[in-house]
Amino acid sequence: MPQEYKVKLEVFEGPLDLLLYLIKKDEVDIYDISLERITAQYLEFMDAFKVLDLELAGEFVVMAANLIYLKSRALLPASVQPPDEEAEEEDPRWDLIRQLVEYKKFKDAAAQLSRREVEQSNLFARMADSPETAPERPLGDVSVFDLINAFNNVLKRLASKGEDLREIFEENYTVSDKIDFIMKMTASGVPLKFTELFASVASRTEIVVTFLALLELIRLKQLKAVQPETFGEIELRRA
Amino acid sequence: MTLKQVIEALIFASPKPLLTKEIVAALRAAGHGTEDQSALDFAKAKEPDVAAALAELQTELSASGRAFQLVERVNGWTLVSDPACAPWVRQLYPEAKPTRLSGPQLETLAIIAYRQPVTRADIEAVRGVAVDGVMQILLDRGLVKIAGRAEVPGRPLLYSTTEYFLEHFGLRTTDELPNASELKRVVLPAAPKADEVNAAETPAEVAGEASETPVETEAPAVEQTRENEAEEPAAEPPTNQ
Repeated sequence: MPQEYKVKLEVFEGPLDLLLYLIKKDEVDIYDISLERITAQYLEFMDAFKVLDLELAGEFVVMAANLIYLKSRALLPASVQPPDEEAEEEDPRWDLIRQLVEYKKFKDAAAQLSRREVEQSNLFARMADSPETAPERPLGDVSVFDLINAFNNVLKRLASKGEDLREIFEENYTVSDKIDFIMKMTASGVPLKFTELFASVASRTEIVVTFLALLELIRLKQLKAVQPETFGEIELRRA
Repeated sequence: MTLKQVIEALIFASPKPLLTKEIVAALRAAGHGTEDQSALDFAKAKEPDVAAALAELQTELSASGRAFQLVERVNGWTLVSDPACAPWVRQLYPEAKPTRLSGPQLETLAIIAYRQPVTRADIEAVRGVAVDGVMQILLDRGLVKIAGRAEVPGRPLLYSTTEYFLEHFGLRTTDELPNASELKRVVLPAAPKADEVNAAETPAEVAGEASETPVETEAPAVEQTRENEAEEPAAEPPTNQ
């Protein structure tokens, strides 16, 4: 896939964040997750990152291996379990669930801190402290997982249309061209829906390049992505 | 002239938040070399008297319908504008952008806030991912600081939150954190021990804190719930970024 520059996106989220995201999206109870389903979804996300050639921390790969391992243990009859596993832990998911539950408590606390932060920013005293530089929010309000999720949906929609994906013509999609394209589409000021951006794509490569261009524009703070409804349609507009 | 009014005037005129003890000091100072009976009386006011007056003032002000309130912050009492008026007041401070930390920054910060002092490895064990980039941002913004070294092999750095952290979130102490009693006590996944602890902290961090506070030894956590590191039969070797 031709790319004249590499889109550098720093993902500070980790595998636990992704798992909690998937659990929330699926609206399942943490204690009730299906290893089969969550492993499949997790690997789907990993594939998307690979397709986009975005770097993910090594911990994501370790967790993928862990999920596959747990899944395989769940499938094996008790008599064939590896001998050195603790016998009391009947449910191979348990350690992972426990880790997720504990982490989620901190995530919830962090969400409350975020609300406090906003409240505090609306209180002004005389002689306010020296202005703080705005910290890094690489993607603004929408999380990287939300964007990848939307990207995956577009890919799936294209695949399900059963169109001929064989690229007969030489493809010359570049990130720069798509950046221009996106800027044109958002010039009017009317928010552009994520799905609209891909309304006339002809191939997988075009989807990938368009998405990378979008990421770059968000990262460069030229575009803002918002998601009015949780897990809903993402809207894009000029920053 | 009542004590309450004098305190109100002090807070109003002060360029910065005033601690109760600072108010007491001002009252005392005004009692020197004067014959004014009020000044002499108020000079005898103790902290509890001042605290009571402040509490009354706070209640009165919030019931009065004025567009400012009296609040107690970690660094003292101050008047703040009604948050409903923020869109207008903000215009007076064009350089101060409303700052919001990202998810990973907040989560890392939360772990430190509830479990301080804590090592980088322990934070990473909870989050399940390296925190280097995020830690640097939190350090740069003055929300966390280095609080010494852990008394374990490798002597890794310990981190804790700063007073600015409390100010930023409008907290007086870490006990005011949401769900503090539960989260301060919960047993967390522990970092891999001993030889796996990375002792190579950057010089920049070491320079960050000159004095070392006495360090509490972290009791080795009983549970090692991160089994995924060691045992994968068919795993690809983890690629490090």
